[in-house]
Amino acid sequence: MHTEKPKHDFEPKIIAFVCTWCTYAGADLAGTSRMQYPANVRVLKFPCTGRIDPVFIIKAFQQGADGILISGCHPGDCHYISGNYHARRRFAAFRKLLEFIGVDLNRIQFSWVSAAEGGKWVDVVTDLTERVRTMGPMVEFKDLALEEQWSGGLNSPDLQEIYEAM
Amino acid sequence: MSRIGVFICHCGENISRTVDVELVASTASQFPGVAFATDYKYMCSDPGQSLIKKAVSEHRLTHVVVAACSPRMHERTFRKAVEQVGLNPFLCEMANIREHCSWVHEDREEATQKAIEIVGMLVERVKKNRVLPTITVPVTKRALVIGGGIAGIQAALDIADAGHQVVLVEREPSIGGHMAQLSETFPTLDCSQCIMTPKMVDLANHPNIIMHTYSEIEQVDGYIGNFQVTIRKKARSVDENKCTGCGICMTKCPQKKIPNIFDRNLGTRTAIYVPFPQAVPNVPVIDRENCTMFKTGKCGVCQKVCGPGAIDFNQQDTLIVEPVGAIVVATGFELYDITEKPKGSPIKGYGEFGHGKIPDVIDGLTFERLASASGPTGGKILRPSDGKEPKQVVFIQCVGSRSREKGISYCSKICCMYTAKHTMLYHHKVHDGQAYVFFMDARVPGKSYDEFWRRAIEEEEAVYIRGMVSRLYQKGDKIVVMGSDISVGVQVEIEADLVVLATAVQPRKGADALAQKLGISYDKYHFYSEAHAKLKPVECATAGIYLAGACQGPKDIPDTVSQASAAAAKVMTLFSKDKLEREPIVARVKENNCVGCFACRKVCAYGAVEEKEIRDRQGNLIKMVAYVNPGVCAGCGTCQATCPSKSVELDGYTDEQIVAMIEAL
Ligand SMILES: Cc1cc2nc3c(=O)[nH]c(=O)nc-3n(C[C@H](O)[C@H](O)[C@H](O)COP(=O)(O)OP(=O)(O)OC[C@H]3O[C@@H](n4cnc5c(N)ncnc54)[C@H](O)[C@@H]3O)c2cc1C
Ligand code: SF4
Ligand code: SF4
Repeated sequence: MHTEKPKHDFEPKIIAFVCTWCTYAGADLAGTSRMQYPANVRVLKFPCTGRIDPVFIIKAFQQGADGILISGCHPGDCHYISGNYHARRRFAAFRKLLEFIGVDLNRIQFSWVSAAEGGKWVDVVTDLTERVRTMGPMVEFKDLALEEQWSGGLNSPDLQEIYEAM
Repeated sequence: MSRIGVFICHCGENISRTVDVELVASTASQFPGVAFATDYKYMCSDPGQSLIKKAVSEHRLTHVVVAACSPRMHERTFRKAVEQVGLNPFLCEMANIREHCSWVHEDREEATQKAIEIVGMLVERVKKNRVLPTITVPVTKRALVIGGGIAGIQAALDIADAGHQVVLVEREPSIGGHMAQLSETFPTLDCSQCIMTPKMVDLANHPNIIMHTYSEIEQVDGYIGNFQVTIRKKARSVDENKCTGCGICMTKCPQKKIPNIFDRNLGTRTAIYVPFPQAVPNVPVIDRENCTMFKTGKCGVCQKVCGPGAIDFNQQDTLIVEPVGAIVVATGFELYDITEKPKGSPIKGYGEFGHGKIPDVIDGLTFERLASASGPTGGKILRPSDGKEPKQVVFIQCVGSRSREKGISYCSKICCMYTAKHTMLYHHKVHDGQAYVFFMDARVPGKSYDEFWRRAIEEEEAVYIRGMVSRLYQKGDKIVVMGSDISVGVQVEIEADLVVLATAVQPRKGADALAQKLGISYDKYHFYSEAHAKLKPVECATAGIYLAGACQGPKDIPDTVSQASAAAAKVMTLFSKDKLEREPIVARVKENNCVGCFACRKVCAYGAVEEKEIRDRQGNLIKMVAYVNPGVCAGCGTCQATCPSKSVELDGYTDEQIVAMIEAL
């Protein structure tokens, strides 16, 4: 059964930061079970959500990500005992910071997907993709990144201007 | 300058059906740094691996990316392959274009584009990969076995027979576990004691086994090959070395009315006691809560009558530290108890079965004690309330189990078989009695199991009723069982003399606390988790720790013994080497950068972070920095994301590698 897929004007870029043991395995399970989900997501594998530095999120937004997913083992199931708790605490604080600087938190999804939850992986990815699609592209960070990497050499006039203004 | 080789696998048609593999290969060949790219039908096959090896040599490749299935499947295969042609295995990465791409998308164009991007990410990542050395650690060739049920006994005997020392720790005063309580065992109906006690004696007499009964694990430090285990030997109040096991103390103890837990409270015991006559070691223990001497300071009868002077009221708990290289966890199970509504237990209680207030509603283990020749009734089936022989017995299966509403959705696996066994034992002992069984369905796979179950019905005249019981209540000296027979769609009411509940098999209370000491994981019910459901059924994800028996999930004796022997075999494999290699995914501290705040130490769940002194040439202390013990580090990287000065780096997952991937997007 092949249903015609609707074409969209905007295909968001979704980056998923996941742990190897639970969510990566859950995404593998979605594959082995031949479940279908939008192709927008790119998965980065970490040993543990505890390894995920909030800086990576900023970096991903700068590189043009429109939505970000962070997912690991359920509380209590961390392969490394407590890495996911540290991650949870870290991201709870980081969310506040993002909110403060005006990032729409709907672009970031935190979830627990176990190695047995192929279906949940599909749901989480699908929901986030659809939600971000309606929100449109995330341009603020990308623009900033571009500004940071000014085109000229070290002594370009525009740089000079900035220095003087400082 | 890197010369990367990219190898795209068709996986038969599993990938090539939705991904244009040729296009991925030709696009990848244009990526900066890529010296060679090709596609092939089965990369993991022998010719596929040869193709990679040949390309590495011919094209002088410095890094390899294999785009195929999940790295969880074949990362090892390909890393080994490149190692054979002289490349460090950690310079090879896999791009998952099957599970994460071809299998989950239908649109060929989209899937191909995604595959190209995934490969691009991995190409950028692999450029930043560093040569990682293999880490070797020494192995202490002694094993710890926790739990002295049949699982622990089997594992300990196997390891000890192979010539290694074993330390066995049992919480109760005797080894034996549940099997010591059983009467006769399915599917052969041989007597449990008869097959169990010789093994218990073998264990106690084995020159390679040190047995600590009435002892618990206090603390576990270290890592695979090098654990330090602190054991708390609880005060028995009896000197094990002096006691001869004559038992005179027990005959003289004035406290005689203490419920015997081993007999499921059907009989009584004294304050100084051995749990059952065949106990190993045959050394009594004083139950201090019930001992007159401990309660009032007066009595000491046992001390007076003990010939060898083994009684010691002043004995204290002692702590023993044992160095071991491997640990087998065999702590078994517990049955759900309907008398209580346990705190923290997922089961929601059984009010409809009278919450255990009806004396003649018992569980399967109590029935085992009634049927056991060495039990409180000498093997006669007599009901607890009035000691009469029950003529109508109703057995109810799946009490707690397989019920999402009650909170336990799994099948307890053993009760179908032991209930069939109970009906037979009952029929053998009470010829004019009738057994009824309420069951949802019979789950009796296993060698000779279905035949056994049929025998209960066809030869031993048990009446099986497919349906559930909604209520039990006392009426005179009968118990009214109200249920339904769904095969004919009618309500059934039976006036029974005895009701036996096949209650759910649950993990031990406190299983989670032990898991935390060991650093192993458990599922939502607190059964311990194996590293892989199919391919690593006895290993924990924590290296050097293995599982045996019902602590990992409901199991009968044959399965328990198989798993115990398998765990022992794993331990012996580990002990076959003097040193062991481990994956070098460990954290390293950049000592120049480290400011010694030790934030990393706070978050490390493994205690891998130590303090290290940095001194100048004259030996003056310059600063304290963090040092990660590579033998202990599990490689989670939590420290790295925590370090405020960016001084810790997890090999294999450095910031450089991650950022390279993000930038490739
Ligand atoms: C009613 C009933 C009837 C059964 N009949 C049969 C049958 O006929 N045939 C069959 O094949 N199977 C039968 N079984 C199943 C059988 O009992 C189990 O398969 C077997 O006992 C599992 O062995 P084990 O060693 O894993 O666990 P256990 O027997 O539970 O032993 C675990 C041991 O570990 C100890 N321990 C627990 N926690 C700790 C700790 N923290 N530290 C130290 N020690 C600890 C315990 O004290 C115990 O000695 C029956 C089970 C029941 C309930
Ligand atoms: S083994 Fe049989 S009685 Fe036990 S839970 Fe499973 S189905 Fe029910
Ligand atoms: S990587 Fe994890 S286990 Fe290793 S030292 Fe850091 S926090 Fe501890």
